[in-house]
Amino acid sequence: MTLTFEDLQQIAKIEKDKQEGIKYQINVCVAAGCLSCQSGVVKESLEREVNRRGLENWTRVKGVGCLGLCAVGPLLYLEPDGVYYQGVQVSDVSEILDSLGGSPVSRLDCSSHLPFFKRQQKIVLENCGKVDPESIEDYIAEGGYQALYTALRAMTPNEVIDDVATSGLRGRGGAGFPTGLKWTAVSKAFNKTKFVICNADEGDPGAFMDRSVLESDPHRVIEGMAIAGAAVGATNGFIYVRAEYPLAVRRLRHAIAQAERLGVLGKNVFNTTFDFEIKVRLGAGAFVCGEETALIASIEGRRGTPRPRPPFPAEFGLWGFPTLINNVETFANIPPIIRNGGDWFAEIGTEKSKGTKVFALAGRVNNTGLIEVPMGTPLRDIVFDIGGGIPENRRFKAVQTGGPSGGCIPEQFLDMPVDYESLAKVGSIMGSGGLIIMDETSCMVDVAKFFMEFCMSESCGKCVPCRVGTTQIYNLLSSITNGTGKSADIPNLEELCDLVKNTSLCGLGQTSPNPVMSTLRYFRDEYEAHIHDKTCPAGACNCGGSKEAK
Amino acid sequence: MEAKVGAKTKEAQDTRWRFVNRTMRLHGNAPHALIETLHSVQEHFGFLDTDSLKYVANALHVPLSLVYGVATFYHYFTLKPPGDHTCVVCKGTACYIGGAATILNTFEDEFGIGPGETTSDGKISLVTARCLGSCGLAPAVVFDGEVKGRMKADEVLEKVRRWTENDTNV
Repeated sequence: MTLTFEDLQQIAKIEKDKQEGIKYQINVCVAAGCLSCQSGVVKESLEREVNRRGLENWTRVKGVGCLGLCAVGPLLYLEPDGVYYQGVQVSDVSEILDSLGGSPVSRLDCSSHLPFFKRQQKIVLENCGKVDPESIEDYIAEGGYQALYTALRAMTPNEVIDDVATSGLRGRGGAGFPTGLKWTAVSKAFNKTKFVICNADEGDPGAFMDRSVLESDPHRVIEGMAIAGAAVGATNGFIYVRAEYPLAVRRLRHAIAQAERLGVLGKNVFNTTFDFEIKVRLGAGAFVCGEETALIASIEGRRGTPRPRPPFPAEFGLWGFPTLINNVETFANIPPIIRNGGDWFAEIGTEKSKGTKVFALAGRVNNTGLIEVPMGTPLRDIVFDIGGGIPENRRFKAVQTGGPSGGCIPEQFLDMPVDYESLAKVGSIMGSGGLIIMDETSCMVDVAKFFMEFCMSESCGKCVPCRVGTTQIYNLLSSITNGTGKSADIPNLEELCDLVKNTSLCGLGQTSPNPVMSTLRYFRDEYEAHIHDKTCPAGACNCGGSKEAK
Repeated sequence: MEAKVGAKTKEAQDTRWRFVNRTMRLHGNAPHALIETLHSVQEHFGFLDTDSLKYVANALHVPLSLVYGVATFYHYFTLKPPGDHTCVVCKGTACYIGGAATILNTFEDEFGIGPGETTSDGKISLVTARCLGSCGLAPAVVFDGEVKGRMKADEVLEKVRRWTENDTNV
């Protein structure tokens, strides 16, 4: 069965017609954050009550993807009023239905968080909070799969790659490699069999962007992968996703099945010679599998240990075939780029970092959740306007970007624009997009120790600098935090960090000293206080000495 | 050898093997199905024992040493049977900043088990997760598959105590 453009429009029209008579639409967030606050029960209760009152002809209750402000879930969004409700419980259901058409329930209104919603620019997350992640028809009604049609029927593979190159899109997994270059390399590789892999092994503690995208808008990622497959000449795709994300896995599998049933995946997509199928592969809790060669080893069913590059996966990847590996967010950016053109995308962001970036805001900040801002937005705006500042009027201390591979950025750099280059300049990295905010009660040595413990236990053990070096650094940090540190420890730390950074095999080892190096650079006084005065300035560690009362 | 039993006999021993065999069949019994198969075994049996490792090695034509290597490399796989109830404490960055360490310490004080251990009566297992991705709800704890956000140490203890009390009543 093949699908035509008319079929696509027909599906969209039927879906739109269904919404014709609907006067009020209640969007209930059913992403993992809100589900764990019982939003599923709220949704069922709303549906039951709507049916009981006989309102189903003009009121529609719809489960949608992440609305962003995870801090105050479960969240509801009322269309067309544009009202957000926070912390909705089952007991609020009848009051909400009573208020439809009248003034909103002020008790639940979360308009105080308005800057959070207004300051964002959504490209990757444009459908989050809008479409039902379990319905392909809903995605098509919002213009879904039209980009795939355009890429297959109106463009040559080279034109698609040119468009991606023009857009200036860079890999969203952290390293920021230009996506257009990667696609060109794979498309030029001489082999009949090629693979496309979507890296959804989001292992950074403190990052949940990929999970939210997969849970909220799985079809967008599938469409992006199919376009990539058409552009580079691959017929098979794999999505490598963490087993720790059961909901994302379930929605993804469901979405792939729907896409196959409709014919946007499978043989002769849109009546062309293009065949494409996608399989889901589960990760098994190894952080190093986010590294591309380790990820390939894991898909092949082996221990996830990286290998030296070159050869790069673009020439020698999965089972030795040319392989294109991109992050979830990178693929999610592809459909809008094809739809609106590369030039449109290149206008957003800064000179070298184009487009928007999704960040997961967490830690000591009022509005924890998922945000998307144009590249180049100052950190201060993210933390204080969108994030709503620090709770309990505490003082901001640092923001940690890039997870265990990134660094801590102190207050003096808060006005710095967020893009790949600026972050690298201050000793951190963009990473996949986790932003952890820390206040004066967080001890920076303790935080560095936390990340080093992570890298130590996640080191695959293949190369010595990473396996032994991370343990040594961890031991030094432990002795500093428990009050037995010596003054020689700081120069030792610096030497070790330098060694691990320059001699490790893969990105995990090479970037693992970043948290230590950046905290040594900006918070050296805290290290010295632990060593010389046996006190923890933040009051977080027990250094044995006289503990300063907070 | 026990591991040499065919798929049919294995299914006769325990019907849960049918799901495992199905997973292997879907991947053409190829060696690269190893991780997917181990997921299937763990999903249906709760953990990976030596017998199942041998069976999978034999069915996929992979050396047992490789199967063991894979099973021990990945944190998600466990070779020990879990307790009746499992409490997962998230140790992601946001949860750490939010006080996950305090939860783990009080848990150890109360029940005498650290992360990755099970109480001697086999009732409660304590596990840590790298990151549940529920950072907006930090610190997050999962009680038998149910994610709870913004947990305090005493709330966690109370929930777990309720498990032990209920079980003694039964």
